Amino acid sequence: MNMKKFFAIFLAAMMIFSLAACSGGSTEPAQPADGGESEGAVTIKIGATGPLTGGAAIYGQAVKNGAEIAVEEVNAMGGIQFEFNMQDDTHDPEKAENAYNALVDWGMDMMMGTVTSAPAEVTSADAYADRYFFLTPSASSTNVIDGKDNVFQMCFTDPNQGTGSATYISEKNLGSKIAIIWKNDDSYSTGIRNTFVEQAAALGLEIVTEETFTEATKTDFSVQISKCQEAGADLVFLPMYYEPASLILNQANAVGYAPTWFGVDGMDGILTMEGFDTSLAEGVIVLTPYSADDSSALNQNFVKKYQDKFGEVPNQFAADGYDCIYAMYKAATEAGIDPASMDHSAICDAMVAKFTSMTFDGLTGASMTWGKDGTVSKLPNAVVIQNGVYVGM
Amino acid sequence: MRAMNKLKGLNRTARKNYLTYALVIAAYIILEAMMRGGGMKAATKGMLVPICAYIVMALSLNLTVGVMGELSLGHAGFMSVGAFCGTAATMCLRDSMPSAGLRLFIGIVIGAVAAAIIGFLIGIPVLRLRGDYLAIVTLAFGEIIKSLVGNVYMGIDQGHLKFSMFTNELNMSPEGKIIIEGAMGIRSIPKIATFTAGFILIMISLVVIFHMVGSRTGRAIMAIRDNYIAAESIGIPAFKYKITAFTISAAMAGAAGALFGNNYSSLIASKFNIDTSILVLVFVVLGGQGNMLGSIIAAAALTILPEALRGFADYRMLMYAVILIAVMLISNNAKIKDILKNIAEKRTAKQLAKGGASDE
Repeated sequence: MNMKKFFAIFLAAMMIFSLAACSGGSTEPAQPADGGESEGAVTIKIGATGPLTGGAAIYGQAVKNGAEIAVEEVNAMGGIQFEFNMQDDTHDPEKAENAYNALVDWGMDMMMGTVTSAPAEVTSADAYADRYFFLTPSASSTNVIDGKDNVFQMCFTDPNQGTGSATYISEKNLGSKIAIIWKNDDSYSTGIRNTFVEQAAALGLEIVTEETFTEATKTDFSVQISKCQEAGADLVFLPMYYEPASLILNQANAVGYAPTWFGVDGMDGILTMEGFDTSLAEGVIVLTPYSADDSSALNQNFVKKYQDKFGEVPNQFAADGYDCIYAMYKAATEAGIDPASMDHSAICDAMVAKFTSMTFDGLTGASMTWGKDGTVSKLPNAVVIQNGVYVGM
Repeated sequence: MRAMNKLKGLNRTARKNYLTYALVIAAYIILEAMMRGGGMKAATKGMLVPICAYIVMALSLNLTVGVMGELSLGHAGFMSVGAFCGTAATMCLRDSMPSAGLRLFIGIVIGAVAAAIIGFLIGIPVLRLRGDYLAIVTLAFGEIIKSLVGNVYMGIDQGHLKFSMFTNELNMSPEGKIIIEGAMGIRSIPKIATFTAGFILIMISLVVIFHMVGSRTGRAIMAIRDNYIAAESIGIPAFKYKITAFTISAAMAGAAGALFGNNYSSLIASKFNIDTSILVLVFVVLGGQGNMLGSIIAAAALTILPEALRGFADYRMLMYAVILIAVMLISNNAKIKDILKNIAEKRTAKQLAKGGASDE
């Protein structure tokens, strides 16, 4: 190829590309509602990081969408104004640290956490050292909150999900022979599996087989499925993200194996996954604090707005993002936060004092409270998938 | 005056080596001054140590790929060994050794030694293969290391180290502290890696590589690379030289890993997968095989690039790929290469003419 031709093609590609980037539209951080209203009003800059690209992007996007709806609503109310800026961390701790630093340069006042666990372990440690208030929507590992007074979770911790699942299965008598398929190179999956096994032993549940997979082998589950089938498992526990879970459901269906499937919050998102036949997920039980079919006015308003704006039913991550913004709004209003007269460490202290004493009603639970260790206390709930939607059990 | 003459008398390789040292030192001084002056963005500051680690990785792989001429696709494995051993060591020494600098030094040494041992052991079977076979086998070893490291449990209990594989069977006493927790890796790592440590590591790597390349060993290795049969026919023990270079390369990767591991508060084995190996290979190929300065620049530029493209939001990684393709095409374009070559030749010709005149 001669040089002229090459440059012509290259430049044309760049032009098309920059047009595409402009029409994306969602790239700009949300601005305060309008100039007239925000005059003299308190403006708080909220930073967030999450996977907006890559394999875990569905979580980051959902949190971002949910949070943006909440930010619009908050700003329309005319009180404290929020500026929201979410940076991509591609679900990689190293990139998350870079994203965090970019937010520090942007001048954030507090942080609406990191969406996934492994990157959140790094950003929460930074936020602890630098004294930024940190509330994560969905990073469920205990490593995120351990020993950090200013880090809070909107979601359940991993151990909580493991014990919660085992207790739920035992109480509702969902299965007598349990199989587990888990990803043994992933901290989320391993954390839940460990506490599930402990609690199952304490409750006398019989675990007939445990099958594992890794990042490299997450595409073929025929061996694991046939082992579960051979062991006669009538309930298979899937503590993993929705992507491998969708393949397991697909491949089990192909061999005609239909136990009760039980997933945790990572399973959320399976219904909106592109190219996934939702009929395969029929009857799958998911332990999640949120279901979109909840009839409360708060939830109906959120679901409607979300569908209008993004064209899909919100999942738990979107609801977590929405709740995070409102919880921060409530705490900031009550604590009288004003970045004009307070630096981020003063804001952090005021927010921490408020968070450990307030009660918050949101989409993912009523009367939520936070302990000094950063864990949330709310009721776990299981939903079952029927006709392609979550239905409360 | 004598020093000047001495510099002129050096051959091209030596002059390029000194240029590399000088540029690295200059970059360090400028960045360190900016950091002390407080004029540096948090984002830049946060990237300094990982950039140093990637530069050392690129130099290390360049020794294998560029100097030795063998394609290794599992280099992240050595980085992983170094990162886990080095970080576990600094974590164990946390209470008994208050000086962070000394702890980091010991961590890096342990990381380098551990990776060197693994590199030597892997080198024994691997280096008997050549070409594509070697590439595939190193790829497999990289995956094996990743899986093994992801399943190790290690704890420190009343001064004793305890290990177990696959499941947590450490049976720790209440005072015991778990350090490596399988897939969840190491957590709550104090960040003790510094830019200065990274700079020193780069300088040491450069000194080792330049000395080795200029030595008898280096000449033998390059002879083997250029013509294996001819080299063996004159009695060069190919395997011995290759395994020396491979072990040194692994040790450097281990040191880079230890630096990297001590810079983040959590460390997981899945970080060091094939993607990381390929990323480092991209640094080497882009910078030019055998060209150490090129590796340094490529590693720094390609680590900064995705961050510099944050403005593109959702299209960031796509842009990164497009730019990478463009740079690869342009830097390999025959016409541009000719132009650059012409400039270089003219300059040397000028210098020669000048040098000749002043010698008179």
